[in-house]
Amino acid sequence: MRFCKNLFAILAILSLIGLFGNHQAMAKDTLKIGSFLAVTGPASFLGDPELKTLQMYIEEINANGGVDGHKIEFVHYDTKGKAKEAKNFVNRLIKKDKVDVIIGGTTSGNSLAVIDIVQKAEVPFISLAGSIKIVEPVKKWVFKTPHTDKMAAEKIFTDMKKRGIKKVALITGNGGFDKSGRAQCLALAPEYGIEIVADEKYDNADTDMTTQLTKIRATDAQAIVNFGFGKAPAIVAKNIKQLGIKLPVYESHGVASKKFIELAGDAANGIRLPAAALIVADQLPADDPQKKVLLSYKKKFEEKYGPVSTFGGHAYDALFITVDAVKRAGTIDRAKIRDEIEKTKGFVGTGGIFNMSPTDHLGLSLDAFKMIEIENGNWKLLY
Amino acid sequence: MKRLSGFVLFSAICLILPLLFPDNYYVTVVGLTIFINIILAVSLNLLMGYAGQISLGHAAFFGLGAYSSAILTIKYGLNPWIAMLTGAAFVAGLSYVLSRPILKLKGHYLAMATLGLGIIVHIFFVQADELTGGPDGISGLPSLSIMGMAIDSDLKWYWVLCSCMLLSVLFSLNIADSRAGRALSAVHGSEIAAQMMGIDTAMVKSHIFVFSALMASFAGSLFAHQQDFVSPESFSFFFSIELVTMVVLGGLGSTFGAVIGAFILSILPEVLIVFEDFEVLIFGAILMVIMIFLPEGLFVALKNKVAAFVAKRQEEGVDGPS
Repeated sequence: MRFCKNLFAILAILSLIGLFGNHQAMAKDTLKIGSFLAVTGPASFLGDPELKTLQMYIEEINANGGVDGHKIEFVHYDTKGKAKEAKNFVNRLIKKDKVDVIIGGTTSGNSLAVIDIVQKAEVPFISLAGSIKIVEPVKKWVFKTPHTDKMAAEKIFTDMKKRGIKKVALITGNGGFDKSGRAQCLALAPEYGIEIVADEKYDNADTDMTTQLTKIRATDAQAIVNFGFGKAPAIVAKNIKQLGIKLPVYESHGVASKKFIELAGDAANGIRLPAAALIVADQLPADDPQKKVLLSYKKKFEEKYGPVSTFGGHAYDALFITVDAVKRAGTIDRAKIRDEIEKTKGFVGTGGIFNMSPTDHLGLSLDAFKMIEIENGNWKLLY
Repeated sequence: MKRLSGFVLFSAICLILPLLFPDNYYVTVVGLTIFINIILAVSLNLLMGYAGQISLGHAAFFGLGAYSSAILTIKYGLNPWIAMLTGAAFVAGLSYVLSRPILKLKGHYLAMATLGLGIIVHIFFVQADELTGGPDGISGLPSLSIMGMAIDSDLKWYWVLCSCMLLSVLFSLNIADSRAGRALSAVHGSEIAAQMMGIDTAMVKSHIFVFSALMASFAGSLFAHQQDFVSPESFSFFFSIELVTMVVLGGLGSTFGAVIGAFILSILPEVLIVFEDFEVLIFGAILMVIMIFLPEGLFVALKNKVAAFVAKRQEEGVDGPS
């Protein structure tokens, strides 16, 4: 018993020493990439492929001798999609792990929550979340790779203009992504000469949207736009078919995964949506500059983990924008890496071709989005 | 002065740590969270430990304080200190109005009522997005300043939060040894007996409820300024439960028990993070082991053991040949 007590005391002291000791016994030249992703929790379908992509490519880079001789050390924390955790982990990445670059922030809420910290600590941060608020107005140390909700709305309205649609019914959920998408649609519609004749809302946990759709049927709308992700858009699609509404239906890039087609079944056919080229990589013309990158990413990911999603692609883009920036900078100095990320030009990624500038920390133009129609349960590239 | 010797020792440790390790992550970053949690645990202990009234909605008052500061400073441009006081006044008013009907309930019913309160306030934070920013929350609070000096570094926050925390601990220690504290323990023991002794139990309970809520509100305001960000999930039902766990883990009814409980529950996740996927499992196991072997709470149990040991030594000293 005495022995046990002594052992316990020694362990306690050792753990305290560990707590206050210095953790910087690392080789000097490693490039430390920190990441905080929602690998579990409600946004796990976004965070999980992101983490797998990062791990897979960092392993490969290190096996090939690293970036300009700098091995990459990868530190990752799971935020479970909670903004509070995201904040704690970014603090930890910066102040304890002392990382050189941060890639992460799966959801817009998580990314927005940490902007102040990275700005203050002056660490380059590439966000993997959708909201345009992350890079507009431009923040010195913050970049992002996914397309914005604003671009999705623009792409949808451009397509409508082509088809001569003037009156639109909007139906959205109550999540952060939905709300932000709705706000962008409402703000942009006048620019495209489009009138929003109905603005219906549902709860993302609802199992039936016929009430809202019946109201939409009573208006003179020529098309329906649904901004959302998860299972709710699939229910909307099904209900539209059940009610016999024949209007064209548009979804957002939030449903650009096979899961949506599985859930909506027959009702998915004919729906149009803007999405990154990854899901239609095979259908791209052979001279498309993105085709090679997309097919290679798709092959690697599918060999190791199964069906690819556009979300993992965002992580691929962020990682290689960083790697290129480090190569150009020739050093792992944070400020120099930041400057080089900002100078990214003509980088061919999975999300499109990135051309960043001091006034544009995303660097994607509208043609990075493809307009896609669902046909016989499969994606069909329109243009 | 012997009564406060524990407090003096505790303050000394808190004040010396940042001098020795001004750049240590666990001292100046995690330490800030620990201090906020200590204030909350100590305030909840006033209600749960001293007066014996369970509350599963303490995070609501914490949240109201935080949101008051965020909304009043950003949307209405108020001075942070005035915003903090306005928030506290609002919380005091609200908790006073609520205290009478809620504290008439006992046991499970009281638990349910406070749980309901916590959930209602949380739903309000999520849904009233015009005011609260919805699930995304509010960021960009102005920094707090004392006599023209802005509190903008971790170390400065350490001193501010440390002094607030020490004040709350001192306050709680003093209440325990006062007339009000004895009235509270009488209510805890038996409400009817307390009434027989001439204590206005309804008033005593509602006063301590308001005090407890007030402290949580101040902690909330400080938290909002320190984090520079508020979002509903920091004030969810689960956080209320975490606070209750802190108080129970350290030892119900003991101020330093609450302090130790808050310390352990805040530092464990940071230390255990190296185990990645097993983090939650180990965390749960540690809590279970403590509660099974030391059901009266970690601090209280250790204190009793030490007291027993000292008493035994003294006895031996008297009896033995010297």
